[in-house]
Amino acid sequence: MLTSQLFIQELRDRGFDFFAGVPCSLLSGLISTIENIPDVKYYPGVREDACVGLCAGAYMGGKLPVLMMQNSGLGYCLNAFTSLNLIYKIPVLVIMSWRGFGGKDAPEHIIMGDINEQLLETSQMKYAELTSDNYETVLQEALNTIQNEKLPYTLLVKKGLFDERH
Amino acid sequence: MNGTDVFNEILAHLKDEPVVHANGFIGRESFNVKDRKASFYMIGSMGLASSIGLGVALSQPDKKVIVMDGDGNVLMAMGTLAMIAAAAPKNLVHVVIDNEVYESTGKQRSLSSEVALEEVARATGYPRVAKVSTRDELNDAFKKFMNSEGPSFLLVKAKPEFDHGTGRVTHTPEEITDRFMEAVNR
Repeated sequence: MLTSQLFIQELRDRGFDFFAGVPCSLLSGLISTIENIPDVKYYPGVREDACVGLCAGAYMGGKLPVLMMQNSGLGYCLNAFTSLNLIYKIPVLVIMSWRGFGGKDAPEHIIMGDINEQLLETSQMKYAELTSDNYETVLQEALNTIQNEKLPYTLLVKKGLFDERH
Repeated sequence: MNGTDVFNEILAHLKDEPVVHANGFIGRESFNVKDRKASFYMIGSMGLASSIGLGVALSQPDKKVIVMDGDGNVLMAMGTLAMIAAAAPKNLVHVVIDNEVYESTGKQRSLSSEVALEEVARATGYPRVAKVSTRDELNDAFKKFMNSEGPSFLLVKAKPEFDHGTGRVTHTPEEITDRFMEAVNR
């Protein structure tokens, strides 16, 4: 397990300084950790694609944004990723919970849990699964993609990786 | 007023303020009235000009940031009005050119002839809201909003009279990002 406190600190150490999202129970520890840091703001979004827009504006205004969301919001984001981020070269770090992994979850998560990797690949969105062993490596890869290629990078988070406060 | 008339008035008030344009004819009309480095022309991602503008406004609190939106865009992303009202950036002026149609796809009607978008904005909590339909009203309201604390919402009733001689934005999306960022972060 990775503690939310440690991971948020790792993000901040790498310059990430703008946080927005639509919550997922798997990410509840991360969000409440940010909400408790006085000098960092978390902006609750109404829908995931609105957060993609919000983060894109923040990036162009000089911030390094992080978007937290459940994979159920990926469909809403595909038009934003493909007709905004990918063609305008506007990066964002996406932390996406992987509900429905392995077919074990509530019925509404099963299909997306099965296809979210394929959807990301088909949309030319780079991603990696985040684990407690690889976080330093994948964060470096994410940062390289964001800074050098100016493209979004998604970290998939399975149930149990972070302490959940729910 | 048509869309080009609106930009003739609004752009005359601006120096180097960041402006985020919605997709459709809005960016094209603005580009053809006056191309500016601090103008972001969104060509896809319908509905997101308002959230992009919110992100720029929050990260550049010392600059007045203008969103040039359309009725179809606002209706598609009505929830973003709540995000703007809740985040309450004092430096955001949200202008909506409301011609009551999806003009670039053939003038199919939108819902804004029946739904008062300025009332929606007021209900979400924008502290300043105005609805205008003439050049004088537009200039007065825009000047006032540029000199007061927002977020402000300015609904501009306009006619769907796009001049089809109006060219497309000639910069690539990547060029638009680069010059916008350079202008905004200067």
